Amino acid sequence: MSTTIIRPKKIFHFSDLKELWTYRELLYFFTWRDIKVRYKQTFIGVAWAIFQPFITMVVFSVFFGSLAHIPSEGVPYPIFVYVGLLFWQFFSNSLGDVSNSLISNASIVTKVYFPRIILPISNILTKFVDFLIASVILIGLMIYYGYTPHLSGLLIIPVLLLISFLAALGGGLVLASINVKYRDVRYALPFFIQIMMFLTPVIYPPSIAGKYSWILAINPMTGVIKGARGAILGTEPINWLLIGISFGAVCLLSLFGFYIFKKTERYFADIV
Amino acid sequence: MEKPIIEVKNISKRYNITHQRGGYVALRDVLANIIYRPFNFLISKTKEVTGIKTKEQFWALKDINFSVERGEAIGIIGSNGAGKSTLLKILSQITPPTEGEIIMRGTVGSLLEVGTGFHPELTGRENIFLNGAILGMPKKEIAEKFDDIVKFSGIEKFLDTPVKRYSSGMYVRLAFAVAAHMEPDILIVDEVLAVGDAEFQKKCLGKMDEVTHKEGRTILFVSHNLSAISKLCDKVIVLNEGKVVAIKKTEEAIEFYQKQVPAPEENSKQLHINADITATNFLINEKPISSLNPIQSGEEISIECELQNTGEKKTLNIGYGIRRRKDGVIVIFTHAELEGIELTIDEKNKVSMYFEKTRLSPGEYTIEFHAWLEGRLILTEKEIGIISILPCTAFGAEQTFTNFPSVIMTDSKWHVERIFSK
Repeated sequence: MSTTIIRPKKIFHFSDLKELWTYRELLYFFTWRDIKVRYKQTFIGVAWAIFQPFITMVVFSVFFGSLAHIPSEGVPYPIFVYVGLLFWQFFSNSLGDVSNSLISNASIVTKVYFPRIILPISNILTKFVDFLIASVILIGLMIYYGYTPHLSGLLIIPVLLLISFLAALGGGLVLASINVKYRDVRYALPFFIQIMMFLTPVIYPPSIAGKYSWILAINPMTGVIKGARGAILGTEPINWLLIGISFGAVCLLSLFGFYIFKKTERYFADIV
Repeated sequence: MEKPIIEVKNISKRYNITHQRGGYVALRDVLANIIYRPFNFLISKTKEVTGIKTKEQFWALKDINFSVERGEAIGIIGSNGAGKSTLLKILSQITPPTEGEIIMRGTVGSLLEVGTGFHPELTGRENIFLNGAILGMPKKEIAEKFDDIVKFSGIEKFLDTPVKRYSSGMYVRLAFAVAAHMEPDILIVDEVLAVGDAEFQKKCLGKMDEVTHKEGRTILFVSHNLSAISKLCDKVIVLNEGKVVAIKKTEEAIEFYQKQVPAPEENSKQLHINADITATNFLINEKPISSLNPIQSGEEISIECELQNTGEKKTLNIGYGIRRRKDGVIVIFTHAELEGIELTIDEKNKVSMYFEKTRLSPGEYTIEFHAWLEGRLILTEKEIGIISILPCTAFGAEQTFTNFPSVIMTDSKWHVERIFSK
């Protein structure tokens, strides 16, 4: 028989993980809801998930590729920038949604109990579905330009996705906790994400920063995008050290985010 | 002996009162405060840290203790602000207590609202699954009960229509239908029955009755609806100002609650009719007006007030209306002139009025007040008090009519005679 004990303070306990497992269906339902609802009453529906990155890629290819002649490590610029965009948009869209997850679900958070962490995780899963849909364009581009990925390279993609996932989760959890009290996050974030994109080698190769390119490596998404280009397009050998460092960094970030989130989680309903 | 299913030990909940208008602070304000008045900020912070400065605090609940045995149906009543909702929120784990401990031996389902998480864009069918999952039902269980839920809600035809196109009645039906099929050991319910039409409310009450008395679940039920409480609950906890003031058998508790003297500021309602005349000390059935005055249906309703005149003698006309709270229908309306009474007000007068033999159907009603001077309406107060009409045995009959279809019942004479054919 299950016994619930309610006390003023609740610190992380391993039973939390068990609880998360019992609520796994709710995770599924939240993700399902978000996917289902998003393109309701739109004319082209899911095609938006393809349309957005595709148009961005076209615009970037024209301006940065053809007009500004930004180097692309010997790969056609559209495919070069698309790999970057794919991962960047997965990360940035997830980060944005996770930061607003508690506020946009305030009506549920103040009425029903469930492990709150489900909300941010389901947000990222929703974005993952977008990522998969948008990947169709990448496959199209690869066929068009005649690139075959290395099988061994593809194995690293899940690791890169995991890094992006943890980066968005960790950062997002911290921001979500702040956002509950200070709504500034909602206004600052879109602008911050935009700036971050230019500090991440999405539209350019990290090599153009010359000897300062190591600074870019502080950003875990640099490792992800470099790794993805190496794996999918074979532009460079995979830098395992860089990926390892990125992985370590996002693990720490998500632990920190989780800690902050857990600490403030129970009071959300009082502040929201 | 079996341990109680719910044990609430010394539960207290404190809120810090903050004096900001919005529900949240902007970082800018905090930073601006630090920059413009760095010393003030430092001083107040040190005071806070060292504990010299006492924050303005408010105990929504203080030392709540009670336990509930398996299969009991417990009602929780109290006037507005007594801490009912806070207690429910703590029991449902939405907000933590500041002190104390609660042990609940069994699965808990809480229903603070019907239709939590309903998404307007999703269809009825989809929302059943989503809402069920939010309420903690496994998908398999929802699928098994799906047909029952649909049948209970009576919206078969609209199952594949987005709920945003539902009427509010249909929406509530569907939402309640999902909630009614939860099967936790402990069910925590907040005023959800205050929705829907009379017939549906009856259905809900029936379902709740079934849940507690036939299936033997434990239920905690908060409501303003004393008639629902008296029908469903075996025992009632009366809260006042964050404390438990009584735990008694239902009838005794309701009686106790009715006698409870309401907070002083509630009965000192002052209405300024004009510059000179004020109306104060409204009494309903000789009790000060609290937020809720329970009255048996059929009981005489008297309303009393004091009129004070600081100017010269005047002839005034005042009137009262009784409005059903659910739909705002005005049920009874009268004023002194209608009865041919002239109210001449000098310094201080007491005006009493009776509604004779008013048989209002059970439910909540608001009382409104009007005043006329020289034939002109000069004041309307929409709500001088709320009364709650309890069900009673109608005139001669034995049974209680909880859901009487009409708003008022009047005496009706019946006569039967045999007709002889010529």
